Amino acid sequence: MSDPSAGHTDPRVAFEAAKLGLWTFLATEVLLFGALFTAYTIFRVKYPDLFQSEHLKLNRVLGTLNTVVLITSSLTVALGVDAIRRGKARLLERYFGVTVLLGAVFLCVKYIEWTEEFHHGLYPGTNIFFSLYFMMTGLHGIHVILGMGVLTYVILLSRRGRFSGSYRTPVEIAGLYWHFVDLVWIYLLPLLYLIG
Amino acid sequence: MAEESGGGKGYLAERGWRSWAYTMDHKRIGVMYLYTTIAFFFIGGVFALLLRLELLSPQAKYFGNHTYNVFFTLHGAMMIFLFIIPAIPSGLGNFFIPLHIGARDVAFPRINLASYWVFVAGFLVVIGSLVSPMDTGWTFYTPYSAKTGAAVATLSFGIFLIGMSSILTGLNFIVTIHKLRAPGMTWHRLPLFIWGMYATSIIQVVATPVVGVTFLLLAMERLLGVAFFDPAKGGDPVLFQHFFWFYSHPVVYVMILPAMGIISEVIPVFSRKPIFGYKAIAYSSLAIAFLGFLVWGHHMFTSAMSPLANTIFSFMTFFVAVPTAVKVFNWIATLYKGSITFESPMLYALTFIFLFAVGGLTGPFLGALATDVQLHDTYFVVAHFHYTMMGGTVMGFFAGLHYWFPKMTGKMLNERIARVAWALVFIGFNVTFFTMFIAGVRGMPRRYAEYLPRFHVENVISTVGSAILAVGIVVMFWNFIQGLRKGLPAPGNPWRALSLEWQTPSLPITENFLEIPVVTDWPYGYGKPKGPDA
Repeated sequence: MSDPSAGHTDPRVAFEAAKLGLWTFLATEVLLFGALFTAYTIFRVKYPDLFQSEHLKLNRVLGTLNTVVLITSSLTVALGVDAIRRGKARLLERYFGVTVLLGAVFLCVKYIEWTEEFHHGLYPGTNIFFSLYFMMTGLHGIHVILGMGVLTYVILLSRRGRFSGSYRTPVEIAGLYWHFVDLVWIYLLPLLYLIG
Repeated sequence: MAEESGGGKGYLAERGWRSWAYTMDHKRIGVMYLYTTIAFFFIGGVFALLLRLELLSPQAKYFGNHTYNVFFTLHGAMMIFLFIIPAIPSGLGNFFIPLHIGARDVAFPRINLASYWVFVAGFLVVIGSLVSPMDTGWTFYTPYSAKTGAAVATLSFGIFLIGMSSILTGLNFIVTIHKLRAPGMTWHRLPLFIWGMYATSIIQVVATPVVGVTFLLLAMERLLGVAFFDPAKGGDPVLFQHFFWFYSHPVVYVMILPAMGIISEVIPVFSRKPIFGYKAIAYSSLAIAFLGFLVWGHHMFTSAMSPLANTIFSFMTFFVAVPTAVKVFNWIATLYKGSITFESPMLYALTFIFLFAVGGLTGPFLGALATDVQLHDTYFVVAHFHYTMMGGTVMGFFAGLHYWFPKMTGKMLNERIARVAWALVFIGFNVTFFTMFIAGVRGMPRRYAEYLPRFHVENVISTVGSAILAVGIVVMFWNFIQGLRKGLPAPGNPWRALSLEWQTPSLPITENFLEIPVVTDWPYGYGKPKGPDA
């Protein structure tokens, strides 16, 4: 999403186009998760007791830890974007680097959680709650990985001196995307871990 | 304005496969989409002819039931996902949106190219799934699709990729139309094709991800045993139908809205009259896109939804007919007292109105609860669908191909052969599909290789019609090939049309315009009767 097109000589138009493009893309993403949230709503209304009893099997401590990790990563991304607005490319790279690291921490914790659940015999096919749990966190995890890729790409571009206070479209776009990925998790945490 | 005649190489100046594979020119990408989708149109068409051949006799004669199931699945899936959804938006839309709005390219040329290659990856995966071909019908309904031995997961993945390509294209067009209009090109000066494409793009962006997730869940059900659609684990097969139609109903408007846009372009040019009710046509596109999201349940009246839900969906379905009829009436009002000439694009445009009216008016029979229970899964549905989609969208596509052929290729078509082809298509189409209405009302169910002998006559007529239709389409494309090879060079503006794409030479240059035009008026200011020099 982050590439300004070659055809546009006016950088202001290119920036606005890129921004609108990303918001449109986020609309797509919302609907992508929207289907799963709809399924969640339907099945939770249908089986309230199952959701109540099954969600207790999740590890709330690790879930909360991951929430802290992701919120912190949102902060570092915002600081990175702020840095390039002030023209500080090195600072941007450092902040985005920390963000990628936090993303990796998130994935590691998720990996530990999933392993633990597999250990207890909880699989995607176990019941409808765990189908939802694994599909939703799995799809979110894929987005975290994609987001880390995008941020890494931006860091590499920045190393080559591509960004400055006046041209920073890909940075803003990547930041916006990462915030979205965080936001999804903010919904997933209460829906999956904090029922009842 | 039309004096720059053809002969120049324009956007086709560069040669070699690299100039195509790596191109970021929206025109070349559009052309690649056109070639690809038309190829699938022919493959899907061959499957259709095989189905009609099998139905020549009441017993399965030429191949067995399973093969029949595979053929109608492939016919449906290829025509829908590989031809009719991408053909007009990604093909003609790519080529003409920037030309229409006075831009040099789409907003994100690289994403545009990526969308084409993602599409290619998608159809390669779809072809890969043929090792164990699908037999579920193009709707993939669970629980059968979760259990059949066919390569459902592979095909799902292929369609997921094609959906991604569709989203990227839609996203690109939305941003292009918002941000790259030429100076003076206000929203109410946009050609109506652009309004249609804009509404289409919104549906693509909003609806496609839902079917993507649905196919993902279906694949996961097969691979990991997730429980969404499995009643044994508390899942719900009807949920699959809801998810599927939440996409697949709006997507029929992805198919029809761009075609309606083409009709809105062609009708005023060949009636030499300003389009009637510009704003009504423009906003009805958006209304159709919006209402189209609220009617998916009418595919499921027999799937045991609650009577209340059925009633609401039925009501909304009648509602969506309103903006559709608004368009048809406005086209007819445009024709009224116009100086109509019957060049091939106009013939197809008028055919669109006629066939789409039949398709549209048979819709309420299926949208009304009482009659739908009777007609559900009969040939009436098949006929209705083909009248709207082939009689509508494909005729609109043909109108667009004939209308824009000079601009895209720099060559003129043989008009006489084009008209012969049109006549064959028109006759063949009606003979094929009108009889299906009758067979359907008389109770013939769809999707069986065999049928009761009392439907024999209808089926023989229908098969004969399909042969005429096929000949017509072959003649049409033979004419295209002849036009490409030895057509006369096209002038810049052979139809004396006013929209911006005709103000460029045929072929347009890679940058579309030497200088970005400044727009001072809408593109429908036709008034003078057509002169003898046309």
